[in-house]
Amino acid sequence: MEKRGWDDFDPGVILFSFEKDKKVTDIATTEPENRPYSQSNSFSSDQASGWRVEKPIFKQDLCIDCQFCWIYCPDMSIISRDKKMVGVDYDHCKGCGICVEVCPTNPKSLLMFVEAKEEAEALAEWPEKKKEEK
Amino acid sequence: MAEQKKIKNLKEFSKSVDRFEGSNLLCPGCAHSIIVREVLNATNDDLVLSAATGCLEVSTAVYPYTSWDASWIHIGFENATTAVAGAEAMYKALKRKGRLLQPDRPPKFVAFAGDGATYDIGFQWLSGTFERGHDVMHVTLDNEVYANTGGQSSSSTPIGSSTTTAPAGRVSYGEKRVKKDMMSIMAAHGAPYVAQVAPNKWKDMIKKIQHGFAVEGPVYINAMSACTTEWRFDVADTIAVSDLATDSLVFPLYEIIDGETWNITYRPKNVIPVRDYLAAQGRFKHLFKPENEYLIDEWQQRIDKEWVRLQRMEENSPR
Repeated sequence: MEKRGWDDFDPGVILFSFEKDKKVTDIATTEPENRPYSQSNSFSSDQASGWRVEKPIFKQDLCIDCQFCWIYCPDMSIISRDKKMVGVDYDHCKGCGICVEVCPTNPKSLLMFVEAKEEAEALAEWPEKKKEEK
Repeated sequence: MAEQKKIKNLKEFSKSVDRFEGSNLLCPGCAHSIIVREVLNATNDDLVLSAATGCLEVSTAVYPYTSWDASWIHIGFENATTAVAGAEAMYKALKRKGRLLQPDRPPKFVAFAGDGATYDIGFQWLSGTFERGHDVMHVTLDNEVYANTGGQSSSSTPIGSSTTTAPAGRVSYGEKRVKKDMMSIMAAHGAPYVAQVAPNKWKDMIKKIQHGFAVEGPVYINAMSACTTEWRFDVADTIAVSDLATDSLVFPLYEIIDGETWNITYRPKNVIPVRDYLAAQGRFKHLFKPENEYLIDEWQQRIDKEWVRLQRMEENSPR
């Protein structure tokens, strides 16, 4: 997107979320991959992903699809399709760690790792199941 | 009228497609966007939205990006509610004249505002909207402080909280006044539906929002929004702190129908002491000094008294 200075603004500017020439009839039931996002929609940007120090990594086989991470994610970064948790959207995730905090499985199916960690490496060093202390 | 979305459980709810987009500039772990998502996903109808000046407005519409996939207006500090009320009045006029482009798709009108824009600055505009009886919903994102401008006290700030205009120190324990009871004020307007919600109790929240969408007339929703920056807790603990607030009854969840029928919608199985809620947050850290300990007891007494009052109101409601 071209950079514009503060004095290049149009008064009463309107930002369009979707491409003007493509018609969206019912946005509430259209999946993100079928939406014609415009360049002025923040979905097209990854401006906040650089804030991340740690990132959540998802281990599929431990997940019970409870969707707690989906409902409590503040950044729409948990991808959930057809009642199943699919993965994490790293373009929009800010790395707050709420998804890890609310994950009920033991061991957790989402864990925070430092940003530079490779996914395969993280999955290999996943912690063992914790025994309940009585 | 369009059919109401059926949400039985979280798995079913997770099929909803968000109309609020990521890469907005809200802090990591901000409860604002959890609330906004839950409100917008409660319906499949078209939406007419506005946001009063505050964190939500300034961080979701930073030029050149917008985070809203619905009609949304960037408006002043005080008039978010009146802006959507105006849109609603226009909608009614066009309907009467038969000039609606999509008469089979009635939209929902929702205004979002922070606690500053509701309790202080936008109060008379909100009051006017409710007095005129527009069919709009006003959602307050109540984080008990002016978080956008750096943490000044608002009339929603609870007693003992340390803010930039009421800092705690050698001579002061922070904010000196108790939180304004906005719920009773809005119920006294005779609004058809007034409810208090918290994002961690999502099912209760969805139920209340859908009730609010279904009734005709102005609806007031007070949503607790835990603020990681100003309440000073770790970004991952937003839901944990919200749980503490609802379970310690600092933020009781209840609704008031037609200004007279009070219903408590969430009764915690184990009520936890208010001390635990205060201890989780940096803004109340100074209360744990020996000279301020008496304030914690006062807190507990006030919360207990308020809970008794709510139960009395519920018992005495006409049914």
